[in-house]
Amino acid sequence: MAHGPAKGIKRWLFTTNHKDIGTLYLWFSFAMFLVGGLFAMIIRAELFQPGMQLVTPEFFNQMTTMHGLVMVFGAIMPAFVGLANWMIPLMIGAPDMALPRMNNLSFWILPFAFLILVATLFMEGGGPNFGWTFYAPLSTTYAPDSVNYFIFAIHLMGASSIMGAINIIATVLNMRAPGMTLMKMPLFVWTWLITAFLLLAVMPVLAGAVTMMLMDINFGTSFFDAAGGGDPVLFQHIFWFFGHPEVYIIILPAFGVISAIIPTFSRKPLFGYSSMVYATAAIAFLSFIVWAHHMFTVGMPLAGELYFMYATMLIAVPTGVKVFNWITTMFRGAISFETPMLFAIAFVILFTIGGFTGLMLAIAPSDIQYHDSYFVVAHFHYVMVAGAVFSGTAAVYYWLPKWCGRMYNETMGKLHFWIAFIGFNIAFFPQHFLGLAGMPRRYADYALQFADWNMVSSIGAFIYGAAQILFLYNVIATIVAGKPVKEAKVWEGAEGLEWTVPTPAPYHTFATPPAVK
Amino acid sequence: MIAKDEQPRARLLLSLLTLAASVPALADWRETLNMPVGVTEVSREIHALHMTIFWICVAIGVVVFSVMIYSLIAHRKSRGHQAAHFHESTAVEIAWTVVPALILIAMAVPATKAMIKLYDTSDADLDVLVTGYQWKWQYEYLGHGVSFMSELATPESQIYGAEEKSEHYLQEVNNPLVIPVGAKVRFLLTAKDVIHAWWVPAFGVKKDAIPGFVNETWARVEVPGTYRGECAELCGRGHAFMPIVVKAVPQAEFDQWLAAKKREAEELKALTAKTFTMEELMARGEEVYNRSCAACHQVNGEGIPGIFPPMKGSTIATGPLSGHLDIVVNGKPGTAMQAFGQQLSEVDLAAVITYERNAFGNDTGDVVQPLDVYNFKQGQ
Repeated sequence: MAHGPAKGIKRWLFTTNHKDIGTLYLWFSFAMFLVGGLFAMIIRAELFQPGMQLVTPEFFNQMTTMHGLVMVFGAIMPAFVGLANWMIPLMIGAPDMALPRMNNLSFWILPFAFLILVATLFMEGGGPNFGWTFYAPLSTTYAPDSVNYFIFAIHLMGASSIMGAINIIATVLNMRAPGMTLMKMPLFVWTWLITAFLLLAVMPVLAGAVTMMLMDINFGTSFFDAAGGGDPVLFQHIFWFFGHPEVYIIILPAFGVISAIIPTFSRKPLFGYSSMVYATAAIAFLSFIVWAHHMFTVGMPLAGELYFMYATMLIAVPTGVKVFNWITTMFRGAISFETPMLFAIAFVILFTIGGFTGLMLAIAPSDIQYHDSYFVVAHFHYVMVAGAVFSGTAAVYYWLPKWCGRMYNETMGKLHFWIAFIGFNIAFFPQHFLGLAGMPRRYADYALQFADWNMVSSIGAFIYGAAQILFLYNVIATIVAGKPVKEAKVWEGAEGLEWTVPTPAPYHTFATPPAVK
Repeated sequence: MIAKDEQPRARLLLSLLTLAASVPALADWRETLNMPVGVTEVSREIHALHMTIFWICVAIGVVVFSVMIYSLIAHRKSRGHQAAHFHESTAVEIAWTVVPALILIAMAVPATKAMIKLYDTSDADLDVLVTGYQWKWQYEYLGHGVSFMSELATPESQIYGAEEKSEHYLQEVNNPLVIPVGAKVRFLLTAKDVIHAWWVPAFGVKKDAIPGFVNETWARVEVPGTYRGECAELCGRGHAFMPIVVKAVPQAEFDQWLAAKKREAEELKALTAKTFTMEELMARGEEVYNRSCAACHQVNGEGIPGIFPPMKGSTIATGPLSGHLDIVVNGKPGTAMQAFGQQLSEVDLAAVITYERNAFGNDTGDVVQPLDVYNFKQGQ
């Protein structure tokens, strides 16, 4: 405990402390969550009624694109990297991350990447308008000039993610306290270890895709240009070879959080720990061999359609194992309903609904109807928002007392939960109906039969958006004036090394490795 | 089995349900919730698969969530429930791995059969080439010499709220695709610029139209009627504004329609030799411009800065005629400027070029005749 943090702005610019960097990541992610949320509010306001009222179709397309990019790369991924920074060393009894200076660099790249990305909105010709999946040739030959800045921003985010992943792998494999064997690690550490390998495997593929775009746009190659002998479908194969593991990169750490919270508030150990680890690994493996289920209408050969359908259906098996294990953990526990637990229970219910619609989407013939409709939009918001975002929110309420030594206001926390839960379902459940009735996604305007459910969906989205202001208030109020907590073990049923250090967690922890039974 | 005295009650319940379903408002509302049943065999099979997998999910959901809700109620700490300590069971883990796997295998069988049928594009009675453009469709009846563009018919005044929206707002076109009922129609899909997707929900047909590729799909429509669909792949600013309308008519009516279309095409060809006055060309040109050019270059010819160049005072529209002909007929590769030589007739091309060279204050005084366009195309 030689020294504390540096003073002033230098503390944050030059820090190599895993807790400081974790905090930076979390605040950055929340800021991006609000920016991406603002874009979503613009989308839902335009879709409140049929007809174009507020924005042009060009700007609408920029909003859908930027909403997706900012939420995936700016809000959700950094949120879980922030949690990893804070919690992995505390969970495995390490004094810090293995590569602290690289840790600083991987964070400080991000604000610049997003400054570049968001700045494109103010450039002549507007920002990226080709969807977060940026299919060529809409994103190459037909893209606005700002696409080059978009490519550069993606490269920066990728570099940041790869450094983060290397750091996590190095930390988990080398810095565990004596006695902390792999099969004793908390599930959050396991899911992040596997996620880090996924990141290492697919971020370079994304970098390759955008580099090929850069060449097509500026240097006369024709990777994706049919007129020059290239192949627009190649882009989709490369993108989804990155994109499908990407969705597991987002959801696996969320599984880890839920696997920590449910046992705590059920006061009962996690059921089927080893099967959870194997299921995570199985999901990670399957994520590499199912990518073309995003492309069932692209005109693959029949054998390709059938293979990707079967492989995709298989994912339901390990995912089901996880859900069954969480529920069996609750079964015959002694359950209490603090805010983190409410978000975790909502996660299990809503993520499972997202899993069911995922199974429906896997059935290739039915997917011919669902594909690129609002049914898909509903599906992935059930897994991305009710999955990843709810889990991240649960994590903040769960560990906030440990981080800052103050307890949040439980009534306010529950209020936040219920507004978010109700708003989310009003926003996204009707989108299933819209998709099945035939409304395509990324539509700036729509036919009259879709009007009612769009209005309902928009109202829900505004409620869900407002709930986030309450969340921000809750967190700030806790940090500034929450009731002080002194116990090392903040929650009665909590298990794990992070609950053995004092509350609030000191600037340096585990300078001497703890004893692990 | 229902006991005797319960039978009337069951019947009453049944009739109440039927009544509820027949109340128009309620029925309308119910119709917005689920995938409608289509008018082809394939679409009905897709619908059946959709309902099967839906009910499987519902059944699993009911079981899983019941256990969870039971725990949430019965095993609460506030009720004084003491936590048990069990935390693994290999038998249970194996059971809930194997059972879902078996359900999935059972589901894969009908899905495979349906997929094979979807892909059987052999022995078609009629081939239609569907070409996607930003932001319209072109339909060509292969082997019949009939080809036309199909564009949104909803006026901008409705989109921007100056006028009340009509019944088929954004789902109406100037020239619908017409196909015969009962015949197997094969759709060959491609695109000239970016990727589009041709989706007609009632047929169970959705296929990407990709530049450089020709995709295939098919439909045998059983019920005459007008069916509406949409572009389903993001293709730029007009993505929501390039609907699909298909009229399925009896074979005899279709034959008549096709013959009339052929005559029309021949008459249009004959017009190529005619000499038009400036006024005729300007009037026709304005119409063509607003339909085919204004989406990018804008009605006032000022374009959109940084994205679409202006017509007003442009070096092409006020420069040598050959350059103007070239860009309109052949497009500009690598940009959003399409090759209109394949989309518009000689008469329309002549009219629109004349219009562009004299409207927006360009006042070159040039008059382009259809024959000039014809000769330009031949001379290439």
